[in-house]
Order: sequence, then C-alpha cells, then structure tokens
Amino acid sequence: MIPLSWYMVLATILFSIGIYGVLVRRNIIIMFLSIELMLNAVNLNLVAMSHYLDSLRGQSFTFFIITVAAAEAAIGLGLVIVLFRNKKTVYVDHINELKG
Amino acid sequence: MNIPFTLPALGPIMPEMLLVCMAIILVAVDLLFPRKKELLSQLVVLTTIGLIVMLFKQTPAVTFGTMFIVDPYAIFFKIICLFGLLMTTLLSGQYLKIEKINQGEYYSLMLFSVVGMMTMISAGDLIVVYLGLELMALSIYCLVGLLKNDWRANEASLKYFLMGAFSSALLLFGISLLYGMTGTTDLAGIAQYCLEADILTNPALLTGFALVLSGFCFKVGAAPFHFWTPDIYHGAPTTITSFMSVAPKAAGFAVLGRFLIMAFPESQDQWGPIIAIIALLSMAVGNIIAISQQNVKRMLAYSSIAHAGYALLGLLTGTSDGYSATMSYLYIYAFMNMGAFAVVILLCTKGHRRESLTDYKGLAKSNPGAALLMLIFLFSLTGIPPTAGFIGKFYLLKAALAAGYTWTVILAVIFSAISAYFYLRLIRYMYMEEAPQQFVTHYSPGIIAALAISAIGVIGIGIFPGTLLNWAARSLIVF
Repeated sequence: MIPLSWYMVLATILFSIGIYGVLVRRNIIIMFLSIELMLNAVNLNLVAMSHYLDSLRGQSFTFFIITVAAAEAAIGLGLVIVLFRNKKTVYVDHINELKG
Repeated sequence: MNIPFTLPALGPIMPEMLLVCMAIILVAVDLLFPRKKELLSQLVVLTTIGLIVMLFKQTPAVTFGTMFIVDPYAIFFKIICLFGLLMTTLLSGQYLKIEKINQGEYYSLMLFSVVGMMTMISAGDLIVVYLGLELMALSIYCLVGLLKNDWRANEASLKYFLMGAFSSALLLFGISLLYGMTGTTDLAGIAQYCLEADILTNPALLTGFALVLSGFCFKVGAAPFHFWTPDIYHGAPTTITSFMSVAPKAAGFAVLGRFLIMAFPESQDQWGPIIAIIALLSMAVGNIIAISQQNVKRMLAYSSIAHAGYALLGLLTGTSDGYSATMSYLYIYAFMNMGAFAVVILLCTKGHRRESLTDYKGLAKSNPGAALLMLIFLFSLTGIPPTAGFIGKFYLLKAALAAGYTWTVILAVIFSAISAYFYLRLIRYMYMEEAPQQFVTHYSPGIIAALAISAIGVIGIGIFPGTLLNWAARSLIVF
C-alpha cells in the first residue's frame, strides 16, 4: 500500500508548480490554469487524507471545491472575455494602468 | 448502507435564506418592471432593515451539526455587514444613474455577497468558512467588473480575481493540512484534538496554520497581503469600493477571530506576536504609502490597510477586552469610512469622477456642508476626539497594552500620528485653497440619509460610546 506521505509530497509538488505558474507566467489563461492546478493539489491531498483517516469529511469537501472551482472558472473566463473585447490582450503586462 | 437522515433545524439560518430569496426576487422584479428602477433599492432597504431587526431578536443556536453557529458574536458582525449593505444601497441610486449600471444584477449580487459573509461569520467548520468566503468573493469579483466598458474596472476585477483565487488556493491547502493532521475540519474539534494529541509544534500543522492565516489576511487586506487593495479600490465603481471597505473586511475579521480563538486557543502566545508583526506592517505600509497618493480612492485604500492593522491589535491579545475593542472598532470604521465615501460619491458627476485630491480645492467655500462632513469623517479616521475614531483606537491600544504588547502600542501610536498628515492635507485643500472650478452636487434623499446616519454615528459614538462598547462586550464568543 502506498503510504500517505507520498500523496502529500505529490500534492505539495503540484501545488508548488501551481504557485510557480501564477507568479512567473504572464498569460492570464495560463495563470488561471495554474490556480486550478493548485486547487486540484488540494483535492488530491484531501482525498488521500480522507482515505487514510477513514473519515468522509475530506471527500465531501472535495466535491464542494470542485463545484466552487467550476463557478470560479465561469466568472474568471467571463472577465477575461470582457477584457479582451476592450483591450485585445490576455497578458497581465499589458494591463498596468492602475498604479501609484 | 442506510444512513438515517434528519432535517437540521432551519430556524437559525432563516435570515440567510430570506436574503437568498430576496436576491432572486430582485432579478425577477428588474425583469418584470423595467421602468420602476427605484423599486429595487427600496426593496433592498426594507429587507435590510427587516433583517437587522430580525437578527436583534434571534436567539443563539447551533445547527447542521456544529457547522453553523448563531451566537451573539455572529449576530454582531452580521449587523455590521447588513449595515454596510444598507448604506451602500442608500448611496447607489444617484451613482448608478451617472455610471449607467444595470440595477437588477447590481443589487442581487450585493445581496448574494452578504449571504456569503453571513455564512462565513456563522461558520463553525472550515468547509462552511470556505463556501461562505467564495460566495462572497465571487459576487464581489462580478461587482467590481460591472462597468463592462471601463478599462479600469476590467483591470481591477481581473487583478482581484487572480489574486483572490490564488489566496483561496493557499487557504485551501492550509485547511487540507489542518484536516490531515487533526482528522477534522470542525473548529472546536481541531482545538480539542490538538490538546489531546499534543501536536501543536508539528511542522505540517504549523504550515497549515500559516497558510490559513495568510488566506484570511488577504481577505481583510492586511500587509504583506495587501497588494490588491489600492488597484481594486481605485478601479471599482465607488459605491462598490465603499461596500468592499466595510462589509467583507468585517466578515474577514469575524472569521479570523473565530478561527484563532476556537481552533487555536492554546497557542495564543505563539500567534499573538505573529499578528502583532502583521498589524505593525499594515500600519506602516498603509500610513506611509498613503502620503504619496494623489487619488482619494487610493488614499482611502491605503488608509483601509492601516485600519486593518489597528483592528488586528485587538485580535492579537486573545482576550475578551481585545475582542470587544476590535468589534466596536469595526463598527465605528463602518460609520466613518462609509461617510467619507458618501462625500466622494456626492461630488461625482457625469464624465468627471472627482477622485483627485486637487479636485477638492476650495470645497468649503462653495459647499460648506459637504466640506464640514468630510472634515468630521477625516478627523474620525485620524482618531481625533471627540469623534468615534478616537474611542475605537483608544480601546484597541488599551487592550493591547493590558496584554503586554508595549512596543506594538508605541509604534501604533507613531504610525497613527503619521496618518494625520495625509488626512489633514485633504482638509487643507478643502478649507485653505481657492476653487478652480464650480462644484455640482446632487443631494438625493438616499445620499442625505447616508450622510446623516454616518455623521450621527461618528459623533454619537464619540460622545456616548457606552452603548456600543457594552453591546460588543456582551457579544463575545463564549469560551
């Protein structure tokens, strides 16, 4: 049987890749994908822990996270479309007019 | 497998359910009566007042297992959120016409975000905290970006969305670690397990705690997680900015306070200093960068970062005095900040938002009333007696001093003195400079009501603080 720590290490690696993606990439869609990767690392963590702890809370929490992530995707992509209509860009370097 | 199912008591979540129904009705009303725009704001005002009365009469209860807690602490914060909603609605009528925002979804989204806040305030479980938080945040992302053709609103909403989703992911990873270490997501259960198993120094648990803390600090806009605040406050429609600076912040503090005191009561001596550092950093960043701002909304954004720092002073003590000081401070902050934004909205005209500091030159000559009100609110934000801001800050500093954070208090007073510079600079512009142009103001009934309520609140609490302080002291979490 695969020990829990392996799952946790995998989840941490996925989460770190997600953080790296958000901080380094400049395309909003890719940044958004990286955030989804972070959420899925959390899901993996929760499901693995739920199995090892023999408790259902983690699994039910995962369903909530998946649902909220779907809503988040809808809103996020909607915002990207609105931005693209106005400015014809999806790069965060080009949206820098609010500063000070 | 046959799991017995019993319907949990629905009485305690009645206010939230009513608010959801109202949010849906508003969309329908907007669709069915497109000509009667005033009907929407009137409905929202009536609902909010009704719910505030209902909350005052609500009896403490726990439902859905221990997931949803209605205690005096929750009721206190829910009333702050509903008050923020009420004031924003009063301010909105005129502003929505100027900016041509569609009203149905505006009010409906605002109600949904308040439902989210009320849910997270009452949450006794991290799952419910997350769901409430996301309902609040997702509605506000839309509200910020409601001006579809305004590039500033587009930029602000996207920035807010990306950073908000990122911070939610951090929060979630923290929750998953806490769950893995303690086997539960119930706040009281976490505390109990930590005590029994003696794992308070476990590195994974501490990492989880730190991640959850940073997620909450993002929501209340405390440094070093404050980067989104100025841009989003600047780009969002001004009414939404005023809403965001009061209601979500109060909800964030409510859930942070509950998390610290219910899940980690034993390690107060460890998280106390961490929060002291966050508080000092927020005050430093907020007050010092605000000096160089030329835009009123950005200045108020940095001031809100600083005020988040002050409010944290009460939480870090972990004592009942500190908690009641933070609670009353958030209430006072709602009055004075709403008042300041009300004046900004009052001066806003079609095609000219009047957001620059220099736009306020000579306001006192042409509009002595508006200038006097702004003066009162800015004095209160600075913390000058006899305004409410002074009372709030005084009790926060007193609580932190009593808990032994002497240096934190000394630095807080210094930063508070620095803040006087940029608040008083605006007053100097209003009173001591000549007006380059004429001011056009529209005193709609809503704005008059909002200005009157905030002015009465700021001065009334400043002179008679007893009622509010007693109410806050009675509304603590029962340990």
